[in-house]
Amino acid sequence: MTVSLTLDHITAHYGSTQVLEDLSLAIKAGELVSLLGSSGCGKTTTLRLVAGFLEPTSGTIRLGERDLTRLAAHTRDIGLVFQNYALFPHLSVRDNVAFGLKQRGLGAAERTARANAMLERVGLSSFADRMPAALSGGQKQRVALARALVIEPPLLMFDEPLSNLDAKLRVDMRVEIRRLQRANGTTSLYVTHDQEEAFSISDRVAIMNAGKIMQLDRPEVLYQRPANAFVARFVGFENLIAMSVTAREGEMVTAVTQSGATLQLSQTVFGAIPDRFVLAARPEGLAVAREGEGIPVTLGIRTYLGRAYQYQCATAEGNYLGNGPLTDLMEPGAAAVLIPVPEQCCILPSDA
Amino acid sequence: MRTTLHPALIVIASIIFIILIAPLFIILGAAVSDTNYLTFPPQGFTMRWFTNIFEISAFRTTAITSLQIAFFGTFLALLIGIPAAYALNRFRIRLPSWLSNVFVLPILVPEIVLGFSLMKSVTINLGLPVFATLMLGHALLVLPYAVRVVGASLASFDFSIEEAAISLGCPPLKTFLTVVLPNISAGVIAAFILAFITSINDVSISLFLTGPGISTLPIQILAHMEQFFDPTIASVSVLLMLLTVGVMAIVEATLGLTFLTK
Repeated sequence: MTVSLTLDHITAHYGSTQVLEDLSLAIKAGELVSLLGSSGCGKTTTLRLVAGFLEPTSGTIRLGERDLTRLAAHTRDIGLVFQNYALFPHLSVRDNVAFGLKQRGLGAAERTARANAMLERVGLSSFADRMPAALSGGQKQRVALARALVIEPPLLMFDEPLSNLDAKLRVDMRVEIRRLQRANGTTSLYVTHDQEEAFSISDRVAIMNAGKIMQLDRPEVLYQRPANAFVARFVGFENLIAMSVTAREGEMVTAVTQSGATLQLSQTVFGAIPDRFVLAARPEGLAVAREGEGIPVTLGIRTYLGRAYQYQCATAEGNYLGNGPLTDLMEPGAAAVLIPVPEQCCILPSDA
Repeated sequence: MRTTLHPALIVIASIIFIILIAPLFIILGAAVSDTNYLTFPPQGFTMRWFTNIFEISAFRTTAITSLQIAFFGTFLALLIGIPAAYALNRFRIRLPSWLSNVFVLPILVPEIVLGFSLMKSVTINLGLPVFATLMLGHALLVLPYAVRVVGASLASFDFSIEEAAISLGCPPLKTFLTVVLPNISAGVIAAFILAFITSINDVSISLFLTGPGISTLPIQILAHMEQFFDPTIASVSVLLMLLTVGVMAIVEATLGLTFLTK
């Protein structure tokens, strides 16, 4: 019973403040999609709209054929996992897991059997009679996961489920979540501010900013081919160099930076290059060399990264970060050039 | 490391402590005094003032009335106070900040004024029976305790627990009753006890609202003192104190007294 989740032109407000602006999102049946962004970007609002704890100003939310938009939250049939676990403190672990089944009118014997089976799957059989307060954070989140899964919901939603756990446990738990989600083939919406978490767990990731989805794609695409400056910066392209084309000759394009440095770029590598564009590069995508064809810079602070030296590079238009080889130590104040490594750079449309 | 206390601090603290505790001993002493008038220190020793309480039927009937008023008044206050405290906490961001203070007003308004206005509005204008009026008055008197103490309990309640229950298919009202309420029960019990004791001990409001044939214990004590001024009053007070201490001991043993102050 796998279904898709479709959000269609959703706009939402808190009072008079708009928090989501014409947001559309389609999650395919069985897919896990993450909403990734910093706090206040609207990712949690989106989840709460789907859960039914908030109502959109306009737009529709559809789960399969069912229109959820105006349905009462308790009739939506969605499994939810919260950041702070939200276990019922007054119920045992088993009763926590069986809670949803009880609401569905299942008899005591069947409830217990299914709750036990679910606890078995998350490896907590021996904890069934304990109270939540007697569990560790990781165990609590497993119980929360079991509680959400046992009702076999067509949609699972996770609201920063690993943020309260320590680093090691976080990695274990996300593998566990992925395993259970895959095994059940449950369509899932996962909210997080942690890029590594989102990229490692998701089929696709939506990077959000100011109530809008900036880009929705597979993690590999987001990481290597961001579609705009916001996403580029978000995934670590720290250097955004504004450029304009001065000459075209076959596949080769000649472009200048704002401070007049000239670069030759091949459209075979980058695809079609518009007249005005932004060259985006991570520090490892800008090689620092003593001489060559590149952007002339004055070296600033040097830091040792283990695999390379990283230099702050000053130009008339601003500072960039570039990496230099371990074999050639350059001193601050020296003149050098930044040479873009084509495979590690990408071309973005100009913001202006 | 040892902190040394300033001698003046010890003196001041001792004086305050004595002022706090002395009346209890004076009442206890006066209650066993073998004299026909209230006096301290006691002269002689007798328990006859305690037995005297039970021979005066007015003490018995007013005690029963007091318990009934305290019980139903507190119940009514909780019936209003729990949902109010819930709403004030749940929708804190959306509600104006002065709203929660409205529920403290009965504490701020002098009780005499409260009693008088209740008499004017409820007894005279509405013509409600005395018992109902007393119950309403006491409910109003103890409402601030209900809202505040239950509110303190709700302030530390994680409302995502409620959302979890709803997402699992539990309707909102049922969620409140089966998930929220069991988790704030300690606060509800504490609120009940505080409100109950406040109601039992109230004079000012009852003074205005008692009527023909119906009175509360504190009012009866007052009346008895005006008429007789004998140690019976002290012995009733001792019993009232024992009741309060007993209730507090139960609270301390079950919830801890810090519960009432947090």
